[in-house]
Amino acid sequence: MTLFGYRLPMMSSLIVWVILWEIIGRLELLLLFPPFSEVILALGDVLTSSSFAEAMRITAISYVAGLAIALVVGIALGFLMGLVPTADKMLNMWVNTFLSAPLSALVPVFMILFGLGTPTVIVTVFMFAVWIIALDTRAGVQNISPSLIEMSRSFGASRFERFKITLFAALPEILAGVRLGMIRGVKGVVIGQLLVSIIGVGALFSLYQQNFLMAHFWALVLLLFTLALTFAEIVARFEKRIEYYAGARS
Amino acid sequence: MTVALAADNTAERSVPKPTNPIIEVRNVSKVYGGAVHALDKINLSFETGHLTSLLGPSGCGKTTLLKIVAGLLQPTDGEILVKGKKVTGPGPERAFVFQDFALMPWASVLQNAAFGLKMQGVGKAERLEKARHYIGEVGLAGFEEKYPHELSGGMRQRVGLARALAVDADVLLMDEPFSAVDEQTRRKFQEDLIRLREVENKTFLFVTHSIEEAVYVSDRIVMLSPRPGRISEIIDPDIPDGISPDELRRNGTYLDTVEEIWRSIRKYVE
Repeated sequence: MTLFGYRLPMMSSLIVWVILWEIIGRLELLLLFPPFSEVILALGDVLTSSSFAEAMRITAISYVAGLAIALVVGIALGFLMGLVPTADKMLNMWVNTFLSAPLSALVPVFMILFGLGTPTVIVTVFMFAVWIIALDTRAGVQNISPSLIEMSRSFGASRFERFKITLFAALPEILAGVRLGMIRGVKGVVIGQLLVSIIGVGALFSLYQQNFLMAHFWALVLLLFTLALTFAEIVARFEKRIEYYAGARS
Repeated sequence: MTVALAADNTAERSVPKPTNPIIEVRNVSKVYGGAVHALDKINLSFETGHLTSLLGPSGCGKTTLLKIVAGLLQPTDGEILVKGKKVTGPGPERAFVFQDFALMPWASVLQNAAFGLKMQGVGKAERLEKARHYIGEVGLAGFEEKYPHELSGGMRQRVGLARALAVDADVLLMDEPFSAVDEQTRRKFQEDLIRLREVENKTFLFVTHSIEEAVYVSDRIVMLSPRPGRISEIIDPDIPDGISPDELRRNGTYLDTVEEIWRSIRKYVE
C-alpha cells in the first residue's frame, strides 16, 4: 500500500486503529475501553501470572484431547459414509445439521452430562471439530478416481492395500477437513471454557470482568486472538506442504 | 504384421481361426441394470502373441469386453478362458493399461512402475530393478524420481505401460491408452508400441475408437456394433512386413483398409 508516494509497511492500518483506541481510552468515555498503552502494560501482567500458565495448560490439554477424538471419529465416520451408501443416507443429514447448528447452545447440555470441568470442554472441542472432518473425508473418499481402485484390483492388491490407496487418494480432502476442524476446535475450546467459566481462560475472563480489570481483559483477548491466528497459520503452512499433489491429481 | 490373408476387398472376408488362442470369450453377454445390453453373446478368441484391436463407435461395449477379460467386471452370462482357465477375477497373467493412466499421484515414477510387482510380493531390490528396466524400455530413463504431475500426459501413460510390462504378464489389456494424449505424442506412441511388440513376446488386446490407430498397430481388428454390442466384422489388415512408419502411412493397403472400415462404421455414427 502506498500513501502520498510513500510505501507503507505492512499492518500500518493496525497502527491507525491502535492510535484511535488510545485516544478513546484517554478520553475516558467508557469504562470498557482503557487506553491501549494500559492494555499493553497489562499484557505483561497476564503473561507472567501463574493463573494464565495454568489456564493455557488446561486449554491445551482439553484442546488436544477433544481434537484427537474428533480426528479418529471424524475420519472413521467419513470413510463409513464415503464407502457405504446406506450409512451415508442415514448419517448425511445429521452430520450436516450438526455442522451448521449453533453448537454453543448445546454446551449447557454437555455441562449437565459431563459436569462443570474439563470433560465438558473436551466434548465441546470434539463437537466443533468432528463434523467438518467427517464431511471432508467423505467427499475425499467419494471423489477418488474409480480407475485408481480398478488399477489396484487389476494388479492384485489386497484389501488392506486397496484401503491404503483410498486413504492416500483422499488425503488432500481429509487434511483440508483436519485443518478446518483444528480451527473450529480453537473456537470450541474458548467457547466451552467461557460457558463453563470456572476453568482455563474462561475462569480468567470471569475473574477480570468481575474485578473490572478491563485492561487485563483486553490483554487476554489480544493474546487469544494472536494465538488462534498463529495456530491457523501454522496449520495452513503444513497443509501447503502436501498440497502439491492435490492440485496435480488427474 | 505377419498375418497373411486374401485381401479381396469385398465385405465377405473370412479370417482364419486362431490356432493357438490364449484368450477365449465364450457366449459372453453383459446387461447393465437389466435393460442396457452392452454385450450380446460374444464369441471370440485371441491368438497368442498377436495384437488384436477392439474397434467400434462409443457404446459398442468394447471397453466392457476388455474389463470382463481383465476380471474387473463380471459377465451377466458366458465365460472367459485365459490359457484354458476360467476367469473369476484379475490375475497375474493379465496386466491392464488404463485410459486415464491411473497413476498414484503420491508415488514417484519408479514406485508407480513397481506397484504391480509390490502387490505380487516381489522383494524391494528386485522390483525396483525391474521397474527401472521397464522405465528405460518405455523411454523414461532419468525420470524415475519424478512425480506424475511433473510429467506430460504422454509420459504418464508410458509409466502406466511400464507398470503393466514390469509384472511380465502374458496378456496386455490396453483401454484406449493413447486417447488422452495429443496427436504427435500419439503417433510416436503407436510407433513405440510396434517396436515394443518385437522385443516383448506378449499378446495385446487393444481398445480404440481410432480407425487409423487400429489399422496401423493391429494384426487383427474386431469391429463391434452398438446396442446391443455385437461383433460386426473381423478384419486382418494385410500390411507388408518391415515397413517403416512413414511408408506405412502412405501405403495403399493401409489407406484402403481405413476407408473400408470407415464405410462399415459410418452408419452407426449418422
